[in-house]
Amino acid sequence: MSAPNKSYDPVEVEALKPEVVEQARDGAIAAFAAAADLDELKQAKVAHTGDRSPLSLANREIGALPPQAKAAAGKLIGQARGAVNQALAKRQAELEAERDARVLVEEAVDVTLPYGRVPRGARHPLTTLAERIEDTFVAMGYQVASGPEVEAEWLNFDALNLHADHPARSMQDTFFVEAPDGTADSGIVLRTQTSPVQIRAMLAGEPPLYAVSPGRVYRTDELDATHTPVFRQVEAIAVDEGLTFGHLKGTIEVLVEKLIGGGLELRWRPSYFPFTEPSAEIDLQCFVCRGASVGNPDRPCRTCSSEGWIELGGCGVVNPRVLVAAGIDPNRYSGFAFGLGLERILMNRHNVADMRDMVEGDVRFTLPFGMEI
Amino acid sequence: MRVPLSWLREYVDLPAGETGRDVAARLVRAGLEVETVEQLGTDIKGPLVVGEVLSIEELPGFKKPIRHCFVNVGNANGTGEPQEIVCGATNFRVGDKVVVILPGGVLPGPFPISARQTYGRTSAGMICSARELGMGDDHNGIIVLPPEFEAGTDAIELLQLVDEVLDIAVTPDRGYCLSMRGVAREAAAAYGLPLADPALLDVPPANSYGYLVKVADPVGCDRFVARTVTGVNPAAQSPIWLQRRLQKSGIRPISLAVDITNYVMLEVGQPLHAYDRERVDGPIQVRRAADGETLTTLDGVKRKLSAEDLLICDNSGPIGLAGVMGGATTEILEPVYDPETGVVTGSTEIIIEAAHFEPVAIARSAKRHKLPSEASKRFERGVDPEATRAAAQRAVDLLVLIAGGTAEAGVTDIAAPRPVRTITIDAGLPDRVAGAEYGRETVTRRLQEVGCGVVGADVLEVTPPSWRPDLTDPYDLVEEVVRLEGYDNVPARMPITPPGRGLSEAQRFHRRVGVALAGAGYVEINAYPFVGEAAFDGLGLDADDARRRTVKLVNPLNDAEPALRTTLLPGLLGALRRNVGRGNTDLALFETGTVFLPKAEPKVAPRLPVDRRPTEEQLAELDAALPDQPRRVAVALTGERLPSGWWGKGAPSGWADAIEAARTVAAAAGVELTVRQAQYAPWHPGRCAELLVGDEVVGHAGELHPRVIKALHLPERTSAMEIDLDLVFEDGRRVSGPPVSAYPVATQDVALIVDAGVHAADVEAALREGAGELLESLRLFDVFTGEQAGEGKKSLAYTLRFRAADRTLTADEASAARESAVAVAAERTGAVLRGA
Ligand SMILES: [Zn+2]
Repeated sequence: MSAPNKSYDPVEVEALKPEVVEQARDGAIAAFAAAADLDELKQAKVAHTGDRSPLSLANREIGALPPQAKAAAGKLIGQARGAVNQALAKRQAELEAERDARVLVEEAVDVTLPYGRVPRGARHPLTTLAERIEDTFVAMGYQVASGPEVEAEWLNFDALNLHADHPARSMQDTFFVEAPDGTADSGIVLRTQTSPVQIRAMLAGEPPLYAVSPGRVYRTDELDATHTPVFRQVEAIAVDEGLTFGHLKGTIEVLVEKLIGGGLELRWRPSYFPFTEPSAEIDLQCFVCRGASVGNPDRPCRTCSSEGWIELGGCGVVNPRVLVAAGIDPNRYSGFAFGLGLERILMNRHNVADMRDMVEGDVRFTLPFGMEI
Repeated sequence: MRVPLSWLREYVDLPAGETGRDVAARLVRAGLEVETVEQLGTDIKGPLVVGEVLSIEELPGFKKPIRHCFVNVGNANGTGEPQEIVCGATNFRVGDKVVVILPGGVLPGPFPISARQTYGRTSAGMICSARELGMGDDHNGIIVLPPEFEAGTDAIELLQLVDEVLDIAVTPDRGYCLSMRGVAREAAAAYGLPLADPALLDVPPANSYGYLVKVADPVGCDRFVARTVTGVNPAAQSPIWLQRRLQKSGIRPISLAVDITNYVMLEVGQPLHAYDRERVDGPIQVRRAADGETLTTLDGVKRKLSAEDLLICDNSGPIGLAGVMGGATTEILEPVYDPETGVVTGSTEIIIEAAHFEPVAIARSAKRHKLPSEASKRFERGVDPEATRAAAQRAVDLLVLIAGGTAEAGVTDIAAPRPVRTITIDAGLPDRVAGAEYGRETVTRRLQEVGCGVVGADVLEVTPPSWRPDLTDPYDLVEEVVRLEGYDNVPARMPITPPGRGLSEAQRFHRRVGVALAGAGYVEINAYPFVGEAAFDGLGLDADDARRRTVKLVNPLNDAEPALRTTLLPGLLGALRRNVGRGNTDLALFETGTVFLPKAEPKVAPRLPVDRRPTEEQLAELDAALPDQPRRVAVALTGERLPSGWWGKGAPSGWADAIEAARTVAAAAGVELTVRQAQYAPWHPGRCAELLVGDEVVGHAGELHPRVIKALHLPERTSAMEIDLDLVFEDGRRVSGPPVSAYPVATQDVALIVDAGVHAADVEAALREGAGELLESLRLFDVFTGEQAGEGKKSLAYTLRFRAADRTLTADEASAARESAVAVAAERTGAVLRGA
């Protein structure tokens, strides 16, 4: 590089002559355009923009120019380099796009290949159904209560107003636990209903009490398409000041709407349970045929057996005797309770035809239910 | 209770167009469980007429008797000529009146009738049996009608073939609905129509010259009415209307006297018993049995009696199990027809018993002798003691009317005094319980409809009717008012609940376990908890294994499985085997549920009072008698855990998956799980892990013992895990957020040679301790044995990642930490750096 010199004339410097600069610029642009791939472009880049390239060398000469000449020379070189870099960037982008397109085509796969590498599991539909019902009640302010499956007779029967000779006690076919002396007088049974949980909840504290209790219960039925000796119930109990049969109806209406859907008629049939009075059986209008199958043999309905109604469960106003046994003042508090059979709801809500499917644990039955129903 | 609609209409003037379904819907809403409405006779099409048998020609040469008959069917066939019919039945004679279906008619089946050639003759119609007409399946022969009916008369109406029958399941509190009288009362109330009460009869007053009856147990028997009828014609048969009503009600007609007692029982709900007076020895006595006494009941079974049984006796001893079943020695004799003389012999002198027995005594006797009868069913649920006289009168009237008997003037009626029951009820209680506005007048009116006497205004004194023993307290009356006003008419509203607290920590944990395991590929099952010795034998448990101590059932469904599970494995492995048997080979199953562990010294749970809250001590005693019922989760695996595919090789499931499932559960609980080598049935002694939280063993996992796999017919290498959720769960756990350093990580690998018997967990623990707090994480990335590791040795290769919270670590610092880690491992486990 030459030292700064006031009398130095850029025109006299060969490398800074406009035609030389233009030639270098055009040569670079042509070289870039001619590059067939990114490697050739890289070589052209070194040749035309590297330290030893004509334009870089010319640029160095500017430093030696007199101040009045520097601006014009700088502008000349700057414009040339700008054009060169632009051309380089453009070609670079073009070639990269070409390469990417080629590689992406090469990398294409068949995305329809099956991939069962991570096996999926499932929860039992009765479990998730119970949780769904629990959640509905929890949202209404209830707590979820539970109790033992092997239960004291006092809690399963006596406290629920079913004394030893009560005819209703023979309605329920009970598994009795063997006493130490080998007899049936252990005072312990497999609970026939989840109602003892309600007694436990009442014994545990003062009202207000709002509790829902899902769980397994036992009756001495042989397993067949519609019976199982081990099945699941969900019961709810509310004890508070001023609770009425009307509150029971409202609560069940909310549950049914959440669980099955809206717009279905409920039928409240007077019935008999020792632990409630008044007592009712709740029937839900068949959500499949909406009653159209009744007396209409041409349109039979499997869901309701052409009855038009599906039995949901039993309910009623808690018998004051039950409150007394649980230490609750029946003159101050009243309550309501109801119980539903989960298997029957599952059969209806999900078109399960055979009780045995819920019992046998065949994964082909359970898997489609996944994590939620 | 089966209720023929035609019969019901006799007591309630139901609207003419009302169908069985309409009536059923009303009764259902009043609380009667009408299970079905049967349509009778809809599948029969006439002409079905009375025929008179004119001639019978036996056709020989066939395998069974065949008769060719000419039958007079009046003008029913359009010609008035005798009808030619071939018939296979033989229980009729020339001159008998029979039921004939003519060509063009249809019998249930459907079985259309046409004239045809058979057995070489023309048969234009058919002589019908009761079964063919759908009247009941008890008669094999054809129907022979009483002679008074004229040939050609329409038999569909004559035999009352067309009807509707409501089948009602009666709940225990509504014993009175086990009668036409009771159902009619409900129908009358449901329609707002008057009731023609069949028990409102003129009955002569009791007197001293009736049949002698001594009641020694006025508690067990508080009413005994006896009437006598003399000169009954044993040849008399039940008329068609009576037989048909019994048949439609599901009771088989037997003989006139028995049919009448059954009929009156159905009509007014009072079980009756008829004795042949000539077979009764002296006065009738009612008393409890003496131990060792025996009685042969009507069904021919000789029964050993117990001191609790209430008996009807005469001088000879027991002649009936009160309210349950009569005895064989005094029953009405079946009429016997002597074809030589044409004379029918049988009982002619009859005693009718209409008594009222204590429900519990009858229930226990029926249960003890396994003899649930129509009578005991009613007595158990409570019958109307005031209907005894009317019921006896009705039976006497029918015997006189139908059998030509004479009612004797004596009327025995022994009645123990009955206290008048009254219930005091606040007239506003029904409104408050229902949440509706009925008002006093409605409450009073509804109670009167039920049959109650009601006096008072704001506070009502209510006297329930004699047929409603179930009405004992104010809430019973509330139910009557609300149901008759209609449950559907109670306005629905929502309670205002206190703020909810959501699920408990334990409940959230139980849900997490299920979600985590299902997310890890496990499928949930629910097995029955019943097990037997075979299950424990299959698991290879020692004779003194604690899991063989079980809670036992007195009445198991299957005698081979009399106990409750003490481990989830039998049910889970059973489900696994069932799946494999059905071709599901790659399986990962889980179950959560309770096991049942008997107390060290099992006790009897006390029967506490119900008229007040038990004390805390009493409740504690109750709970102490129950077995422990911890909640567990178990998994079982077989086949491929990760399937092979186009992506490469899969992986079979094994002991490590089972242990990993336990880690999944521990992670759901947020607790640290320690894994220790152990030996525990039913696991493979070299492939079994003991699972600990802190110092407590919470479960086991690993591959099952090959012997167990063989015994239980499981696929090879089946693995399993069982862990106690109650022990794993820690209430009130809260995670502290860890500091996250942004300084760079320094990674160092280390390969150690240890004795083959050294546990990786011990090596890892030593490395961690030696590496100190700069160690961020440690991962075992390779294990191998063989020549390169040396005889009896194995190589463990780890990646150690170091990081400081406050600075970039120098290479020297990282190396120093690594060396320190190796040093501790060397000291604790004898580890040697590979290549060193
Ligand atoms: Zn339907």
